[in-house]
Amino acid sequence: MNDAAITVLQVMTLVLVAATGAAVVFTRQPAHQMVGVSFFGLILALMFLLFQAADVALSQIVIGAVALPLMVMLALGKIRRQSIEQDKKEHGE
Amino acid sequence: MKFPLRQLLFFVGAIGMAILYALAFAHLPGPEGLRSMYRDVINLQTVEQRHITDAITAVNFDYRGFDTLGEEFILFVSVMGALVLLREEKDQGGEKVPDAAWPARSVPPGDALRVWTLWMTGPVVLFGIYIVVHGQLTPGGGFQGGVILATAPLLIYIAENLEVFKRITSHEWIEIAEAIGAGGYALIGLIAFFYSKPFLTNVIPLGPGGTNINVLSGGMVPLIDLTVGLEVAAGFVVLLYAFLQEMLVKQGDQ
Repeated sequence: MNDAAITVLQVMTLVLVAATGAAVVFTRQPAHQMVGVSFFGLILALMFLLFQAADVALSQIVIGAVALPLMVMLALGKIRRQSIEQDKKEHGE
Repeated sequence: MKFPLRQLLFFVGAIGMAILYALAFAHLPGPEGLRSMYRDVINLQTVEQRHITDAITAVNFDYRGFDTLGEEFILFVSVMGALVLLREEKDQGGEKVPDAAWPARSVPPGDALRVWTLWMTGPVVLFGIYIVVHGQLTPGGGFQGGVILATAPLLIYIAENLEVFKRITSHEWIEIAEAIGAGGYALIGLIAFFYSKPFLTNVIPLGPGGTNINVLSGGMVPLIDLTVGLEVAAGFVVLLYAFLQEMLVKQGDQ
């Protein structure tokens, strides 16, 4: 690929990064937000690849798109279970 | 009126921030302007000096190996911290009451899902090992490969259930693997002392060089790659297991 095509792709991914990043910020529900974060992570990985940082792109895929949303999802599930248990205790069930 | 004042303050701050942001970006060099001497030197030297073709791995695990040792221990300590927090919570909770509102999985996985994920597990493990051992040749390395390896038990969890996940990620062995991974890096660094060299000097024979560079090239770098891969894979599995364990307790009660 020539330089001009790369530049076009770079600009396109930068716009995508801005759009998906904004989408993550404006999502209110944490669980929905994590799906957005995962997608945002993939777009960031694409951006790193286009700026010739293949190592960083690989790390970004495994951490940003898989590990981080997974950990947050598991933590959210745990918090939700706890609050339901607490509700039950308080209402004397 | 309190609210308009707050809004006014916000807008003053936001405009100031926007101006500073624009000023900062005006002088930012483009990707072409980042040609530093350090980069050129590294690119010229890694193949000749270290028999490594992925300059980034050469910097991470050799030239700046000490920094990466610190990073590895950051991960190690974070995993330990998360485990301590989760375990303490579990002990204080005492006997869990069976909770019908939270079945670990209400619908068993379908055949298509099971076949696909079980079929994927082998290739994922192979790919993870490939990324770990080719760290000094192509993009990737112990860290990226380790996380890929840690996703293999997750695939099995999706296809089967927590019992199977628990059987695969038998806790003690995984913890031992994590400890070996973390300690191994430091031990490899100590080898240099036998040659009266500073900590983490690459004193191990570099292996084939030139155009014959292969997975055994790079001296201590492939070894460090292996320990980091072990540490990261085991660390992530321990973390996942700790998170999922509570669900397993509930499933057993029902």
